[in-house]
Amino acid sequence: MTATALPVRESIPWGRWGLRALAFTYLGVMLIIPLAVILQDGLRAGLGGLWRAVTLPVAWHALTLTLWTAAVMALINAIMGTLTAYVLVRYTFPGKSLLNAMVDLPLAIPTLVTGVMLVVLYGPQGAVGGWLAQQLGWRIIFAPPGIILALLFITFPFVVRAVQPVLLGLDPEPEEAAATLGARSWTVFRRVTLPALALPIISGTLLSVARAVGEFGAIVIVAGNIPLRSQTAAVYVLGEVESENRLGASAVSVVMLALAFGLVMLVDWLQRRGSPGRAE
Amino acid sequence: MSAVTSAAHPVARRGRLSLASDTWRRRIVIGIVAVYVTLLVLAPIAALIVGAFGEGIRGVVNALAQPEVLSAFWRTIYIALITLVVHAVFGTLVAWVLVRHRFPGQKLLNGLLDLPFATSAVVVGYMLLLIFGRNGLLGPWLEAMDIKVAFALPGMILATLFVTLPFMVREVMPVLEALDVEQEQAAATLGASGWQTFWWVTFPALRWGFIYGVTLTFARALGEFGAVLVIGGGAQGATETATLYIFRALDERQYVGAYSAALVLGLLSLAFVVGSDLLRRKEK
Repeated sequence: MTATALPVRESIPWGRWGLRALAFTYLGVMLIIPLAVILQDGLRAGLGGLWRAVTLPVAWHALTLTLWTAAVMALINAIMGTLTAYVLVRYTFPGKSLLNAMVDLPLAIPTLVTGVMLVVLYGPQGAVGGWLAQQLGWRIIFAPPGIILALLFITFPFVVRAVQPVLLGLDPEPEEAAATLGARSWTVFRRVTLPALALPIISGTLLSVARAVGEFGAIVIVAGNIPLRSQTAAVYVLGEVESENRLGASAVSVVMLALAFGLVMLVDWLQRRGSPGRAE
Repeated sequence: MSAVTSAAHPVARRGRLSLASDTWRRRIVIGIVAVYVTLLVLAPIAALIVGAFGEGIRGVVNALAQPEVLSAFWRTIYIALITLVVHAVFGTLVAWVLVRHRFPGQKLLNGLLDLPFATSAVVVGYMLLLIFGRNGLLGPWLEAMDIKVAFALPGMILATLFVTLPFMVREVMPVLEALDVEQEQAAATLGASGWQTFWWVTFPALRWGFIYGVTLTFARALGEFGAVLVIGGGAQGATETATLYIFRALDERQYVGAYSAALVLGLLSLAFVVGSDLLRRKEK
């Protein structure tokens, strides 16, 4: 554009429309067309066909395994994430800044590398894994506990980083008042602090479940690919793609997408509903 | 604790007692968190380092110096660099349009932008196969034109672009929102064109959001695995990236090679994230 001398008002609309068209084209090609294509492919045989493909034993087992491991992860993550945030905000101790840095570490490590790390330590030949297998007969890797462990690693920052800023901004006065009135610190935490943290804990936990539903890199390493045993939904899709079972792959993909998007939208709704109250 | 004061002031004694139990409670809580983080994050990292150096430094160097490993790493860096350049330009553009323009459906588009965060990497690769694969939407046309996208680098680049789409936009948007438009208006009043205003006034102010977005994009692109596996196929010497090499090496029980490559990839990714974090902190 050589619009240097033109008045600003006239030179803008063309550039504006050009920019907007370019941005829309980019998002359309990169994002919307691929999603539309898979949605269409998954629903090719109608909702009934999708349901039949999803309820085949192997597919169904993969989906339920994905969901229950994600649920266990969510429970542990909600508790340990809140506890970690609490420790980081309310206490001072040596190594606190190291702990704070550790929280973000999982975001910076490729999830495949996460899987490798967990196998090295907790695998049958690993230092801890070998001991657990010999002494207690516990199997972590190539079994559901490995999946839960991998999901916990990957989603560790989600709850901590959701709770931390809210806890920081929390007025300590109600807590102090409750303590002065003789409430024990656990009661204070449960009755006063926890209700104020409910929203960030729930949204952080739901986001970690949304992330867990689609996780592949770490899980394929720690869980392997054993149908009806340790095969999760994402690994199942890979298998169906490789064996060219298009309907099965598309159907399970659509279910995973719907689950993850539903959760993300729910979190968005919760946060928008909760934010006016927080702003007061 | 002196017996006299505690006997004389029961209230004070109770206070001190609860203080002592508070200290213990604090120690226990910190201890639980420390053990959790150690078992979950620190110990696995340490185990990987020990595992990689199982045959000494020489083992690591030998494993990494193999031509197939080097070429896999170069392929990863090549894909990540192209991803970075495309998103640097278009991500900034999308952020600009979403912040500065008003149009119907804006909220929806803004929401859609986060979808790649929640989309499984395998599904991303599969979506692209449905479009560019042999039986895909554009398959016959691509074959007629003799263009290879699936099981080739273009498809792998597209997959990485999809997965990293939100990073740039989400880093630039808040900076752009916080920006004071007065300087831009002043530049425009003084006769600068839209592009001149952007380049000399807006962009310098966006600098840190831009750099942070670019580094996150690059770091994430380095570690992409599921999507490039499905669309690229992981053919050794042709479409094998660093992550795909690690996957194959594990499968073939070349443990030192797998662990060494995983360690290097992890460190590389970490270095970019930590580096940009340090830069940002210094700037503030």
